[in-house]
Amino acid sequence: MEEEINILEHELVPRHEVVPPQEALELLRKLGIEPWQLPWISADDPVVKAIGAKPGDIIRIIRKSPTAGEFIAYRYVVVEVTKKS
Amino acid sequence: MSNVLTTRISRVKFGIMSPDEIRKMSVTTVVTTDVYDNDGLPIDGGVMDKRMGAIEPGETCPICGNTRDSCPGHFGHIELAKPVVHVSFVKHILMYLKTTCESCGRIKIPEEERQEYLKLLRDLEELGLIYLKKRLHEYIRRKSASTATCPHCGTPSKKIKLEKPYSFYIQTETELRKLTPSEIRERLEKINDEDVALLGGDPRDARPEWMVLTVLPVPPRTARPSITLETGIRSEDDLTHKLVDIVRVNNRLKEHVESGAPRAIIEEEWELLQYHVATYIDNEVSGIPVARHRSGKVLKGIAQRLKGKEGRFRGDLRGKRVDFSARTVISPDPSLSVNEVGVPEDIAKILTIPERVTPWNIEFLRKLVLNGPEKWPGANYVTRPDGRKISLKYVDRKAVAESLEPGFIVERHILDGDIALFNRQPSLHRISVMAHVVRVLPYKTLRLNPLVCPPYNADFDGDEMNLHIPQSEEARAEARLLMLVEKHILTPRYGGPIIGGLQDYISGAYLLTVKPTILTKEKAATLLATTGYKGDLPEPAILKPNEYWTGKQLVSLFLPRDFNYKRNSKLGSASALRCIDEDCPHDSLVIIKKGVLLEGVLDKASIGREEPESLVHWLIKDYGEDFGRYFMDSVYKMFVRTCEMHGFTMSYDHLIVSKDARISIDKLIGEELKEVEELIQLYREGKLTPRPGKTLEESLEDEIIDTLSKKLLDKVAEVITQYFKLSNPVVIMARTGARGNPVNLTQMSGLLGQQTVRGKRLVRGYQGRMLPHFKPGDIGAEARGFIKSGFVNGLDPLELFFHAAAGREGLIDTAVRTSQSGYMQRRLINALQDLRVFYDGTVRTASGEIVQLLYGEDGVDPMKSDHGKAVNVDRVIEKFLG
Repeated sequence: MEEEINILEHELVPRHEVVPPQEALELLRKLGIEPWQLPWISADDPVVKAIGAKPGDIIRIIRKSPTAGEFIAYRYVVVEVTKKS
Repeated sequence: MSNVLTTRISRVKFGIMSPDEIRKMSVTTVVTTDVYDNDGLPIDGGVMDKRMGAIEPGETCPICGNTRDSCPGHFGHIELAKPVVHVSFVKHILMYLKTTCESCGRIKIPEEERQEYLKLLRDLEELGLIYLKKRLHEYIRRKSASTATCPHCGTPSKKIKLEKPYSFYIQTETELRKLTPSEIRERLEKINDEDVALLGGDPRDARPEWMVLTVLPVPPRTARPSITLETGIRSEDDLTHKLVDIVRVNNRLKEHVESGAPRAIIEEEWELLQYHVATYIDNEVSGIPVARHRSGKVLKGIAQRLKGKEGRFRGDLRGKRVDFSARTVISPDPSLSVNEVGVPEDIAKILTIPERVTPWNIEFLRKLVLNGPEKWPGANYVTRPDGRKISLKYVDRKAVAESLEPGFIVERHILDGDIALFNRQPSLHRISVMAHVVRVLPYKTLRLNPLVCPPYNADFDGDEMNLHIPQSEEARAEARLLMLVEKHILTPRYGGPIIGGLQDYISGAYLLTVKPTILTKEKAATLLATTGYKGDLPEPAILKPNEYWTGKQLVSLFLPRDFNYKRNSKLGSASALRCIDEDCPHDSLVIIKKGVLLEGVLDKASIGREEPESLVHWLIKDYGEDFGRYFMDSVYKMFVRTCEMHGFTMSYDHLIVSKDARISIDKLIGEELKEVEELIQLYREGKLTPRPGKTLEESLEDEIIDTLSKKLLDKVAEVITQYFKLSNPVVIMARTGARGNPVNLTQMSGLLGQQTVRGKRLVRGYQGRMLPHFKPGDIGAEARGFIKSGFVNGLDPLELFFHAAAGREGLIDTAVRTSQSGYMQRRLINALQDLRVFYDGTVRTASGEIVQLLYGEDGVDPMKSDHGKAVNVDRVIEKFLG
């Protein structure tokens, strides 16, 4: 009865994509950081599941920004979104 | 200090003290309630036993041999006759009792499952997944607590109930039986270490049975010093009093137990001991009466010493008090520069700056030393190169002055031109603390230019402000380079000026630049003199019959030659006076071309505070902060002077409208009241059409409020406007943005209109009516807070009551808002304080985690932006094309 909807097509969901490993390494080198220093996103997040990202992946989010027009953000996919001690 | 031991604290762990540990660190057992003997000396075995540390001057500690200054203090202990529950741990005790078996003390989870969880716990620990660990503990607790029979020994579990604050009950088949602390302790002892770990405890540093006290540590005397009053009467600390109570009850209980007293008596005494120990630890636990002094004053427990704003953490450890600071009432002084602060001479004689003697300042410093601490400018101390500090109060200053040599350090009084930090609480902003240049002045108040009131949110109704004198060269350099007032004219919030004209500055600017103002040579010269202008007078705008200058000419003298600007004035924001283009009689479009104010009046939109994209904003952006300060120190002074010369005042007369106007206003009121009556009539007949989503009553209320406030006030304003011309000072103030707004005008000369509380007409009071002057159920305009008079005509008693009821809402709102937003701010600052923008534009935390890949997503510093945008293209075009 309920219609399957693809959340990726919703207007309020910005474009998410998995960053290829090569590019991801490049990005981390550029920023001089370890992957865990990126903001985290839960592997259970609906969008993460929809684009098929696995824990350890880095996702790129391209979204509209009121200040910059378009902004690219990155997220590190993790099992559980909480602080490491 | 050469062999200082340096060690890094790698981690801090909190645990519960075991009875063994308490006994081991204790130097004495406290056994007697007597504190001092007849000679006033502390009794051995009392709560002020000398072995618990030296506190009197000259006393040596019998334990460590140190005197008062170096004895760290030593703990004692009290052996409790019967165990008591530690109030702060009742929740944990309850958890342990619920999750473990009554008879075998094992966790109520089958063995295989238990092993599984243990392994999982070890794995999680290895991976450092603290949060998951917490969730696992919670899961295990819930599971174990809900198991009805012990899987290990098959004992059915009984319900445990906690009666706050510290009584535990067990539900047996027949009755609700009280668990004694001894029983509780026995049960907790039975829990094995692995089970404690599974439940989230720490078997090494916090065994559950340690939550039931058998031994009570007695803090060192230094932690609870006694005070000797002038009368010689000694007054003990609250904790000492409490400890005496505990010892007394404990001794009594021990006697009863030893003499084999009836159980009821023992239990009563035991309960009392529990109460005293609980209030000793925390005297604010709910459910039991607070312990008091004989005088009725509430005693302070250990928890009260640590908790809250004035507690040990927030009050002592995270707070600091400083030297070289001053605080008094502030008052305005428009003759000061915006970056100056007037310091009373009395204060200047106490605040000092250490200045090193050099061949170049030695003569100057000698003079200061000679003047000494009593005469400004002088000096209070001289430090010689060998580190000896000489107070100039009690020595032969002549000799000291002569002995002065390069390398000495003189603590001299602050002088004109020194830098000081000026602050007003609440310090919500970085602009709540700014650096000002010192000006030493007579009298007793700190003085500041009224233009800098807005960043501090200061007024002069008794406000006090603080002054701090930076002591090191580095601190002074930082203050001058980063904190000076002119560096903060533009707010970091959106880049607009936060400092700017208000009140008479704006009225004055209008009066000076308005078309009819023409100035004689004398007046023009007077005005320019206040600014310190040194150049020639420009060519007069009118030559015959006399020479006259316009205010616009005077303002133009201070504008840079290549400055272009075009913007509507505040005056032009009212539709009637709006100018569309340059050919306009209202003079409300400000046009500056090549540094000449060609047309337009200056008012709030040009020179006001918090007006982004205004004249001052562009001047500061294009010509720098120093120019901004210069502009405010010169032109703004001219504005106030104009106001003074003109004689600007407002009186009752200015608000009175003609009889005709009053009649037409009354007619308007009558019409609207009639409309309201009709609405009510419609409602009574049930013919009113409800608004979408509203009930019939709500729709009626909405309709009435619309009719009586919005519609009526607009109509009245229209009538009144005809009588208020720009020659009227009240109108000048309202229209230029100096003070008040057109709505206030209507409220004074016309009527106040419908009063509301929370957006509804007034309803509360008596049953079905607000006041006994109305019939119950009257929902007419007058009965529900409609005010037909204005302030000029005066309110009748009922109206005054209604107005006060509505006015109170505003006061409550401000009170609630400030406390709530203050708390929110505290939380936000704690959360965000160590975020930093790095050189690559990323925002990172202290540990290098990225918060934003580019600050604000556009990398723009709002303080240096054009009202939030990186570039304002229109402004750039205007700047170059004029």
